[in-house]
Amino acid sequence: MAEASHAQGIGGTFAVLLALLLAWEAAVWFFTPAPILLPPPSAILAELWSSPRYFLRHAGFTLWTTLAGFGLSVVLGVALAVAIVASRWADRVITTILVVMNSLPKVALAPLFVIWMGTGAEPKIAIAVMLAIFSIVADVALGLRSVDPDALALARVHRATGWRILWKVRFPNALPALFVGMKVAISFALVGAIVGEFVGGSAGLGHVILIAQGQFDTVRVFAALFVLGVIGTLLFYMVEAVERLALPWHVSQRSQHGSSPR
Amino acid sequence: MGLCIEVTGGGKTYASARGPVTALADVGLEVREGEFLSLLGPSGCGKSTLLRAIAGLDPLTSGSITLRGAPIDRPPERMGMVFQRDVLLDWRSIRDNVLLAAEFQGLPKRAHEARAMALLDRFGLGAFANRHPWELSGGMRQRAAICRALLCEPEILLMDEPFGALDAMTRDDLNLELSRIQQDGARTVVFVTHSIAEAVYLSDRVAVMSTGPGRVVEVFEIDLPRPRPLAIRESPEFARHVAAIRGLFSRLGIVKE
Repeated sequence: MAEASHAQGIGGTFAVLLALLLAWEAAVWFFTPAPILLPPPSAILAELWSSPRYFLRHAGFTLWTTLAGFGLSVVLGVALAVAIVASRWADRVITTILVVMNSLPKVALAPLFVIWMGTGAEPKIAIAVMLAIFSIVADVALGLRSVDPDALALARVHRATGWRILWKVRFPNALPALFVGMKVAISFALVGAIVGEFVGGSAGLGHVILIAQGQFDTVRVFAALFVLGVIGTLLFYMVEAVERLALPWHVSQRSQHGSSPR
Repeated sequence: MGLCIEVTGGGKTYASARGPVTALADVGLEVREGEFLSLLGPSGCGKSTLLRAIAGLDPLTSGSITLRGAPIDRPPERMGMVFQRDVLLDWRSIRDNVLLAAEFQGLPKRAHEARAMALLDRFGLGAFANRHPWELSGGMRQRAAICRALLCEPEILLMDEPFGALDAMTRDDLNLELSRIQQDGARTVVFVTHSIAEAVYLSDRVAVMSTGPGRVVEVFEIDLPRPRPLAIRESPEFARHVAAIRGLFSRLGIVKE
């Protein structure tokens, strides 16, 4: 039943999107704005259809830097959160650095990363990490901390070591928070990758948009935006699907198990 | 009978925003090897604080607690504990929650699986071993928590108002089961409660505590024969014990007639 309602939800989303595209097409046909300002959706789809390999290649680059930045953020973010929870000293140092880093506009740092790392994938991944890591660290640290004090007492009564408490109690307890952080981080990683491509390099959808803008090729700009929207949406739903598989026990996922007999 | 746990001159003072608060003052208590002893008192008398100190979780600020002569400064080996809340982990099945007691100590899970299932069967939870905590009723959850505490065959079992959150009928059931398992093992139990009837029904001895500051006032011997059916609570001897303890409470001004 839950699966059916989930499928219905996706079907509904598509219906709304299709209706919006049709309204857009009709509006362009009716008001005939200059093509350089607003092309119709049919022209955008034709543009994608005319050079699929070009868009695939650049989308692939953006996807790879986004996923690399996201993956690194998760690994580093979880490690930093563990350090923050484990030691008051680490908490002070790491939190201070993260807050300062997060209050700087990352777009302003992008040129610096190009100077340091060149114009390949590395600066894009670095900027994606800078944008995405904050939500991972903040959410996971909260999840690791908000453990039932009685559960910790129980672990201590059974003489559990700190590592065992981390692995068997704190970490599973933080998983729902990790997924909240990951859903925010995946979108931020994509933003970071595009910002990196705007600043330098010769690949990725950000680069496509920049070049097309220089040629006033509005149709191509829209085509690249369309692909970006599809990638961003798919990445988000991918994280949500993994969450459903990983947390069947969590309150937020329980509807399909029926209510408790209490 | 030998001495298991001994508390001498036990005191506990908390720092609070309004200055120091004395939770326990000059507590003296002896727990004998293999007995069932209840700490009975009104809320705020420090009975849970005393139990947590015995568990080695939160040390006293003065006095000493020894286990067979050795001071308790961390949770001792072969000890189990049941809390007022069941503290089952939502992401583990009932069986895996019971096995957690072994896993925390770094003992192999495999070696304890048979005993975990035997305990669950004994407490009527055999059919629920693969269910998750949220699928069980409050009474079943607390039964699972007791199985977890008993998994590694503890010599000392500490129980902190384990049935306080349960309805009266479930509470009767669990009192009976607890009284039964007390029959078959040489196990020392320290049980915290604020129910006089529960303390008398379960215990060999009842240590009555009072507030302001928390201390042990008097220890009652409960010489009712075992096994004890639930109906023993209607017997004149049972009523005599309850009346004696209630009399002490009213002299202390804790219950008003």
